[in-house]
Amino acid sequence: MLIQIILLVAIAVITVLLTRSTAGARHQAVRRLMLVGFVILAVLSVLFPSWLTWLARLLGVGRGADLLLYALVIAFLSSLATTYRTTALLNRRITVLARKVALAEAALAVQEERTSTPAPPSSTTGARLDPSDSDNGAPHRDDQGRRTPAGPSGSVAP
Amino acid sequence: MTTESPVTDAWLVVPLYNEAAVIGDVVAAARTRFPHVVCVDDGSSDGSAAAAEAAGAVVVHHPFNLGQGAALQTGMRYVLEQTDAEYLVTFDADGQHQVEDAAAMVEVARSENLAIVFGSRFLDERTRPGLLKRLVLRTAVWVTNQSTGLRLTDAHNGLRVIRRDAAAKLDLKQNRMAHATEIVLNLGRTGLPWAEHPVHVLYTDYSRGKGQSLLNSVNILVDLVFN
Repeated sequence: MLIQIILLVAIAVITVLLTRSTAGARHQAVRRLMLVGFVILAVLSVLFPSWLTWLARLLGVGRGADLLLYALVIAFLSSLATTYRTTALLNRRITVLARKVALAEAALAVQEERTSTPAPPSSTTGARLDPSDSDNGAPHRDDQGRRTPAGPSGSVAP
Repeated sequence: MTTESPVTDAWLVVPLYNEAAVIGDVVAAARTRFPHVVCVDDGSSDGSAAAAEAAGAVVVHHPFNLGQGAALQTGMRYVLEQTDAEYLVTFDADGQHQVEDAAAMVEVARSENLAIVFGSRFLDERTRPGLLKRLVLRTAVWVTNQSTGLRLTDAHNGLRVIRRDAAAKLDLKQNRMAHATEIVLNLGRTGLPWAEHPVHVLYTDYSRGKGQSLLNSVNILVDLVFN
């Protein structure tokens, strides 16, 4: 039957696609084993539809196609849950990374302000540190309450 | 007068996302009492960051929008890493908070040796939210109290004073609005002394247009339950 050929080709393609993805070795091994089971079951149910119906009857489901649908619903939901967790983890990582970038940029700006501009004393913020002081490696505080990083603070000076 | 002098050992932390229309005025008004303001620009697309910078705030830039909770956490990290401030004050960018309330809260934290002071709009009669908003906020308070064990009267108020040691213990993972509950939860676990302080939340048409909707409270609940 034509439908059997189409389904078998589809199963083969999906198998190839799934085995190609890379993840943790352990995780991947488990997934490949499950995949082998899936392939065997899928091929069998395509070649011998009556077998699936027999299994469905055994489980109290009317037809083999219905059993397939139920299995699909379960598979879909678990895939949804996995995706949700993966996405949440990724978002968390992206947030941490973006924060690092934002803070690093801000720290650099603070550092540059201190090392490059001998800012004149202003009435609202008061005098900043004399730039000649900021290279001796000790942490400094100006009246903005900011802390000058110790050590390499002079390295970004133009 | 001590109550009128600038508060120099506290930094305002302002999460900023597309508030260009008001942020300049908000920062300028805040800087009359709080000379140190850090705005965390959360990927704004409307020139908010430039307006805040022009008004004299330090601006930390998120490379893209991450959410208000993430912006708050970044702002707190900035204060911890780049300043010596003893207190930080979380402050909304839309101008609904009063600078005087913030200053009074820092004063309370100082005089009563508190690690955290939560602003509450329900401790006095100044703030008048609409019926629906009151319902949403009350529900948020109830949920927060159930999950945190603290007894607060207003959970989702953006005005808070957090002492340095308390801020160092905060690690907000809720990027979106559920962070308000998360802050209370985290701070409650520190066991540090806290109090509530009555504040006036000014509902302008501008802030009303941006406030939390009933639908958003569904998001908050889901975020809290599934994380």
